[in-house]
Amino acid sequence: MIDFFIIPVVKLTIIFSICLFLIAYATWLERKVLGHIQLRYGPMRVGWHGLLQPIADGVKNFFKEDVVPDNADKAVFVIAPVISISAAIILLAVIPFGEPIHMFGKEITLYIANPSIGILFILGFATLGSYGTILGGWSSGNKYGYMGGLRASAMIISYELSMAFAVISVVMMSGSFSLVDIVTDQETIWNCLRQPVAFLVFLISGTAELNRTPFDMPEAESELCCGYNVEYSSMKFALFFLAEYTHMFVFGALVTTLFLGGWHGPWLPGVVWFFIKTFLIVFACIWVRATFPRLRYDKVMKLEWKFLLPVAVLNLVATGGVMLFFI
Amino acid sequence: MEKSDIVNVSGRRVEKGRYVAPLLKGLAYTLKNFFSRPVTLQYPQEKTERSKRWRGLHRLNVDENGKLKCVACGLCARICPSQAITIIPYEDEGGTRYPKKFVIDELRCIYCGFCQEACPKGAISLTQVYDYIDYHRSDFIFDIEKLKNPKQFEFKGK
Repeated sequence: MIDFFIIPVVKLTIIFSICLFLIAYATWLERKVLGHIQLRYGPMRVGWHGLLQPIADGVKNFFKEDVVPDNADKAVFVIAPVISISAAIILLAVIPFGEPIHMFGKEITLYIANPSIGILFILGFATLGSYGTILGGWSSGNKYGYMGGLRASAMIISYELSMAFAVISVVMMSGSFSLVDIVTDQETIWNCLRQPVAFLVFLISGTAELNRTPFDMPEAESELCCGYNVEYSSMKFALFFLAEYTHMFVFGALVTTLFLGGWHGPWLPGVVWFFIKTFLIVFACIWVRATFPRLRYDKVMKLEWKFLLPVAVLNLVATGGVMLFFI
Repeated sequence: MEKSDIVNVSGRRVEKGRYVAPLLKGLAYTLKNFFSRPVTLQYPQEKTERSKRWRGLHRLNVDENGKLKCVACGLCARICPSQAITIIPYEDEGGTRYPKKFVIDELRCIYCGFCQEACPKGAISLTQVYDYIDYHRSDFIFDIEKLKNPKQFEFKGK
């Protein structure tokens, strides 16, 4: 009873509340970092240095009018943000946050589930999340939304490939699809040193999968006036927004798990190391957004099909060759 | 932009990598900005230094006895290009003149400073207060009491 019900429920509650708290504050972090990079302060008024800003934003979104356009496909329009947010949040379930801890004479693992196909689970649900984007853009009955949805599908089809190939190189090194096994495999040397090419390919295609600048095709403000979410308001928009930041957090956690040695690190406890590394990746995402302009649509596709994909495949073949002949 | 700043990406595959170095340079620049001090002023708490000659709200100056310097000669009302000043003079038994009513419509005023120049007694001068805000038009019609101390109307935030 305790092992099968109470411990998982407590773990679920704690992990999800901490992660959603951090995700809400990722919006604050983004505005703050963007501000400081542009020599501004960012939010300063609500609370000390704007620390209550996410709460104020949430309240504001909650009380806004919920508009459904006349020529929207109502059912799909309502369900699209739900798909987006649920497919994003479910990803938190398989991420290993730290080494097992001992408490009350029991060993408690710091992840909710450890399926033997953890990384495939993440790739699958991350792609499923883009259905929310595509359906939302299509169902809102708006040209810009439709274009955004189309672009989102093109992006997800393209960049999923190089991302998966980069992941497969890592999986070959550790010999397991389970995220926990991948982390334990990196105890002596991190994967970003053993697989630098896969690391870079994963970073670039991951940024593209997140639909963030410089690859923010589906929501290019200047071309599509916000793209797929142009007709959304109130909490529906907030759900899309939250899904985007959840994806960013999961991306940080995933890079940490696959390439930066997960919870391994000296002196500090594992959980702290994990969150430090995740924070650094999220910061890097914001930093890149603040620096680079958006790529042209055809150049984004060119980058993937003519550069990233061949490089990822070559890296895969090279990894296989090295493992076959030298190990 | 200098000619040498433009990065031409060649069609040749080997030379395409040339854009990587400028990208890293850009990242370094933004990171440097991140750690330097923001140039923003937090407006109602921090304000920029105004010029000494700044022309803001009017003040009616008083002498050392706390009485208005104004003798209600009416020169300021006369010279005012937007006719924002209304003066009703008063003369007591001793022959001293002072204004019974001195009203400036701050919405009509164009802050040219002619009244300050015209005044023979130095009784009216323009202060540095530039951000008086209120709810009604009638609040901007300043009488003697308001004109004595315009500093209190400076915006300090809520």
